[in-house]
Amino acid sequence: MGRTYGYLAEFSNPGTLYRACERVRDAGYRDWDSFTPFPVHGIEKAMGFSWSKVPWISLVFGLSGAAAAFAGQVWVSTVASPLVISAKPLLSWQAYIPVTFEVGVLATAIGTLLGMFILNGLPRLNHPLFTSTAFERCSDDAFFIGIEATDAKFDAEATKAFLEEIGATHIEMVEE
Amino acid sequence: MGHHHEPPAESLQIPDGHVWTKIPLLGAALAVLGIAGSWFTAGDSHEFAFSYLTAALYVLTLSLGCLFFVLIQHAARAGWSVTVRRTAESLASNLPWIMLLLLPIFFFRHDLYHHWMGAQAADDPILVGKSAFLNEGFWSARFAVYLVVWSFLGWWFHRTSVAQDESKAVGATYKLEKGAYLSIPVFAITITFAAMDWGMSLDPHWFSTMWGVYIFAGSVVSGFALMGITTVLMLRSGLLKGWVNVEHLHDLGKLTFAFTIFWTYIAFSQYFLIWYANLPEETMWYMHRGDSWETLGIMLMAGHFVIPFFFLIPRTMKRNPVTLGLACVWILGMHFLDLYYIVMPASPQGHHGFHLSVSDLLLWIGLVGIFIGLGAWKMRKNSLVAIGDPRLGESLAHVNF
Repeated sequence: MGRTYGYLAEFSNPGTLYRACERVRDAGYRDWDSFTPFPVHGIEKAMGFSWSKVPWISLVFGLSGAAAAFAGQVWVSTVASPLVISAKPLLSWQAYIPVTFEVGVLATAIGTLLGMFILNGLPRLNHPLFTSTAFERCSDDAFFIGIEATDAKFDAEATKAFLEEIGATHIEMVEE
Repeated sequence: MGHHHEPPAESLQIPDGHVWTKIPLLGAALAVLGIAGSWFTAGDSHEFAFSYLTAALYVLTLSLGCLFFVLIQHAARAGWSVTVRRTAESLASNLPWIMLLLLPIFFFRHDLYHHWMGAQAADDPILVGKSAFLNEGFWSARFAVYLVVWSFLGWWFHRTSVAQDESKAVGATYKLEKGAYLSIPVFAITITFAAMDWGMSLDPHWFSTMWGVYIFAGSVVSGFALMGITTVLMLRSGLLKGWVNVEHLHDLGKLTFAFTIFWTYIAFSQYFLIWYANLPEETMWYMHRGDSWETLGIMLMAGHFVIPFFFLIPRTMKRNPVTLGLACVWILGMHFLDLYYIVMPASPQGHHGFHLSVSDLLLWIGLVGIFIGLGAWKMRKNSLVAIGDPRLGESLAHVNF
């Protein structure tokens, strides 16, 4: 037994979980998450998610990729290996558009995937909640809210009372 | 998402005295002033014919863009679009009138297509080779086919959907879906051939296999932009309240955004292949669009692609009615410039360079006046939403994640 993760609270169905999420959100907790066997529509609103920062990462990657691809082609055809092809100018921007476009799309996709992984803290080999036997039912028929001990509002007594109040059927303190 | 409360029925109809009831009159006034003003400011009837072709293709492509919206919604069995589909149906249902508006192209045919319709074509080996397709009789017959087919499609999809408002019959939805499956190939073939007949044949030596798709792309992006601005303006003036919300606007914005890219993809592909191969019989079309026309070409690259592309990327721009409306109006303006770039370099007044005249603009305003007047007039007669559609609930509950 080592570091304390925080409380894992079980709820009986998506409806009670949804309303509980709204209460946790309104109580001002920040380091918490909900765990369900299937996607619960609208849960991101109940949890008060703000907009993802991934699009900005995608934009920066996409524009840089496109610019790098364009610049690379200009360099190759004017500096590194100047070859006149079908009597066209050395710097023929038209010819660079397909590669610029493709690399722009590729860089956007890579940026989006990497951004999503990094912002989600992935990849990770383990999660503290895996020490809980009750949590195994998360991929079957149980709905959970986990409030982490790192949260500024976390208090061993008050948080437990709060989780009971919002309808948790089972609460446990998870320790790694 | 289960139960929904039916929005107020009074926002389904344009009430008496509402600002939209005045649009037909406004449209008629614009039509009279625009067409008459253009006729008197035009150099001669030969020049007027080209201005007319540009303006007529503008209102035609908008109508066809709306018809295409209706076709794909039925073919995809779309649920989200039920509350905005009637707007497209109403605008496309004026195709019989819009086709009448195209008749002057037939009467002006010797002004517009004299290069291959005139007697001198018999001395031109290239035109002789194309004469099996490019001859006055066959061209006129095809004109009649477009007139009949598009008038019928615009009328039928609107009529069948309106009939369902009362009957609530699910069978009507199946009928519309089957109709859409049959109509899509017909639509694709007619718009491709009409694009060749009225646009490509202005330069009868020239050919491009991308041409039909290019005209289609412009038609669809401007049709979607028209749907966007019309829906925004209806919400602004108190119509459709509760029936159409930000989720529907977001999707119209997404379609407009996507087809802005599609137009660019097609326009660039056409240019790119011709530029690369560098064959004189293909490059001539762009040679005719050199010098001062090139400025307009660059304006199109920036205005028809770069600006709306970056403007519409963020989710908030598509969900905010003001920014979405601005983008749609901008694209509708760019579509006119696109058609102007297609038609006018072949005209006597545009032969020596880009010169946007008062006559061109007045005629455009005049025909757009007829278009919006007919649209508002048609919308007033029926429910603004297809309330008999079995997927109405799905549309009302629609949410973008």
